[in-house]
Amino acid sequence: MISMKNNVKYRIGKSTGFQALTILLACSCVVPLIFILIYILQAGLTKINWHFLTNLPKPVGESGGGIANALLGSIIIILVASVIAIPFGILCGIYLSENRKSRLAYWSRLCVDILQGVPSIVIGIVAYFWLVKPLGGFSAISGSVALAIMMLPIIIRSTEETLKLLPDSLREAGFALGLPFHRVVLKVIVPCGISGILSGVMLSVARIAGETAPLLFTAFGNPYMSFNLLKPMQSLPLLIFNYATSPYNDWHDLAWGASCILLIWVLALNIFTKLMTRKWKVQL
Amino acid sequence: MKSSVDTNLATRPSESGRVVSLKTPDTVSSTKRIKRSFRQIRAENVFRRTLIIVALAMVALVLGIMLTLIFQSTLSIKSSGLGYLWGKTWDPVRDIFGAYPFILGTLLTSFLALAISIPFSFAVAVFLGEYYPQGWFPNLLKNTVELIAAVPSVIYGFWGLAVLVPIVRSFETKIGVEPVGLGIFTSAIILAIMVIPYAASLGRSMIHMVPSNLKEAAYSLGATRWEVIRSVIFPYTKSGLFAGVLLSLGRALGETMAVTMVIGNTSLIPKSIFAPGNTMASVIANEFTEADHPVYLSALIELGLVLFLVTVVINMVGKRLVGKFTNE
Amino acid sequence: MESTIVKSVDYNAYFGDNHVVKNVNIDIPRNNVIAVMGPSGCGKTTFLRGINRMHELIPGATAKGKIMLNAEDVMEMHPIFVRLKIGMVFQRPNPFPNLSIYDNVIAGYKLNGIKLPKAEKDRIVEHSLTRVALWKEVKDSLTKKGSFLSGGQQQRLCIARAVAMEPEVLLFDEPTSALDPISTSTVEELFHELKKNYTLIIVTHNMQQAARVSDKTAFFYMGELVEYDETKQMFTNPKDTRTQNYITGRFS
Repeated sequence: MISMKNNVKYRIGKSTGFQALTILLACSCVVPLIFILIYILQAGLTKINWHFLTNLPKPVGESGGGIANALLGSIIIILVASVIAIPFGILCGIYLSENRKSRLAYWSRLCVDILQGVPSIVIGIVAYFWLVKPLGGFSAISGSVALAIMMLPIIIRSTEETLKLLPDSLREAGFALGLPFHRVVLKVIVPCGISGILSGVMLSVARIAGETAPLLFTAFGNPYMSFNLLKPMQSLPLLIFNYATSPYNDWHDLAWGASCILLIWVLALNIFTKLMTRKWKVQL
Repeated sequence: MKSSVDTNLATRPSESGRVVSLKTPDTVSSTKRIKRSFRQIRAENVFRRTLIIVALAMVALVLGIMLTLIFQSTLSIKSSGLGYLWGKTWDPVRDIFGAYPFILGTLLTSFLALAISIPFSFAVAVFLGEYYPQGWFPNLLKNTVELIAAVPSVIYGFWGLAVLVPIVRSFETKIGVEPVGLGIFTSAIILAIMVIPYAASLGRSMIHMVPSNLKEAAYSLGATRWEVIRSVIFPYTKSGLFAGVLLSLGRALGETMAVTMVIGNTSLIPKSIFAPGNTMASVIANEFTEADHPVYLSALIELGLVLFLVTVVINMVGKRLVGKFTNE
Repeated sequence: MESTIVKSVDYNAYFGDNHVVKNVNIDIPRNNVIAVMGPSGCGKTTFLRGINRMHELIPGATAKGKIMLNAEDVMEMHPIFVRLKIGMVFQRPNPFPNLSIYDNVIAGYKLNGIKLPKAEKDRIVEHSLTRVALWKEVKDSLTKKGSFLSGGQQQRLCIARAVAMEPEVLLFDEPTSALDPISTSTVEELFHELKKNYTLIIVTHNMQQAARVSDKTAFFYMGELVEYDETKQMFTNPKDTRTQNYITGRFS
């Protein structure tokens, strides 16, 4: 009887021990993130000022300079990628949710799954052969296409998952009023699932805003200001990569500032999406 | 189609004497309605066809990616054959392309990273799935862990270069290996941080799905919390947890920028986990724009092809496991 | 004299290989309330959804035969035209959650992209809501979302939405089964008003409801139309023993 009691005590102790260990490990996961955030804010915030945002980078040896070209380049490349990926992704998501059992839907869904796991560098290689080579040189548009391909799985999945959850009665209400299929989808189903679709779109933008690998052999980077989609263009992650791996301290400073801006941008987009999805949700 | 509408319009006036007088005067809107509907039917067919084309394009896109990789690497496949995979020398100048150092580097960094990250991601999964599924703090933890995946990899690389490399270097000095700082070990640490969220969030949702009657059965027999986790939750969710690990592995294998920045970039076979090396992804990133002759370029693309195939297989197996689990 | 508005000729409906509606022939007179009843799974809802071609929206569903609306076969018409002339109200109220009450009433116009002058829209909204006895209750909150209304109000809003399109026939698929008794009686009273302007076909598995509201009743059993007659006749002196058994509750 006594040994039984001791045994129970031991088991309870073990259980408590593991609980404590779990809590400790779980909480320590966020430590690196906090370190990184603090470090980059410390190193970067001091570099950011109006001059930094509106000027071009200076050549080696001169201090100062800014990242205006990378900032604008990033925005342009992302906008073009969004213009390509958003309509395509939403339409594909609609197809998948409307035709759940068709053979084409099966293969299409499989391809979305595959695409989601493809390493970004591989997308870069493919974009190189599809656009850079035929166009005869690195270009912003090829970078946008590579990023658009990376956006697709996120948009398609979130659209499909959202629309699948809407009740069939909504579609029936639309059809019973004599609405054609495209109006039922575009005016009834999509507006009711808009929160999920938008959150997918915003997450995909957040995801590609920091992508570097697919841009290495497509947009390539450019130390000057450029608005030509058919010419190389700088972007924030490219600038960070190039300047961070350079041996010059002035360039490191630029890279810290750029990292800080990129980090704030990406995290803000993520947090904003989380908060807004709740607000936009249509009450069913 | 046409005739039905014509008769439609024709029959309407004949009955209008009776029907419309009873109803409100709506003739304007109803003729409008019918004319309008005509255009709608055409638009409806266009829309249906567009959806099918888009779905087909999705399939074509992925097939295109695969075919491009295969086609562009044929030159290298022809010249090196299967020996490519275990050739120990990578020397572009002499046109010798053996991918073994990079495959080894990729496997070393990825599995080392997994080994480091698994305890943490499982801890998060158990913490959020079983111990504290609700409340502001678990919610905060969940969102913060998800943010780990949101930080761009180039920023991890830069931070690793500036902060982690010196720390590793002094650690290496202490244990008496060549203090480089850059290398497999540093890359693995960065990767471990980056892949935590994937296994954690999948594991959390799997643990959430364990039926409470199973857990209650174990509790009613006098099991402690830990015993329930070990002998009910883990066996029940093992395929799901494994799928989460596979997702993490897929991410680690393909991660490029952070690794490229801290791995040290050498084509030599790494002698220890502290030695510099290269992964498949980092070689491509470093050498792709420098590849000056077709075989060299093709050899790099073959690396991409291998990477593509491996990640596809890993992700498919992972998805299957998750699908099986959620269907049961 | 009563003229026929809907007439089905040898109508058959299937889900894949499953034959759910068998050779139904029925004449439905104008401005009447027709109750369609029968045990669950008897094909009554499938038949109703066949009338405005909603049946074929379900993957694998097919139909054969004719359904004549006035002089036209709806099976030959484009479903859109059919549904503009035959409105439908569902079992569960399904107002569009993203639209206001006002927009829900004119949803058939608005979502179809038909531009109407503001005065015309106001007229349709007021007129339709008055017809379903909802105008007084909601006239001050027309801009609120439809999902804020109670279940009974939502169902009347859905009826108003169908009425706004000025169809000739209104189909009701167990319209009160999701409502409380008070809302149910409000909706039942509506049927008497609505039949002045429309022909109503109501699927119900509630016999008392069929007896209360309908002029004629059709009894479906195992996919067949067993009996179709004046409601009074049907409930006092059914001809078929199956009808008799059902009415007296001898099978369920």
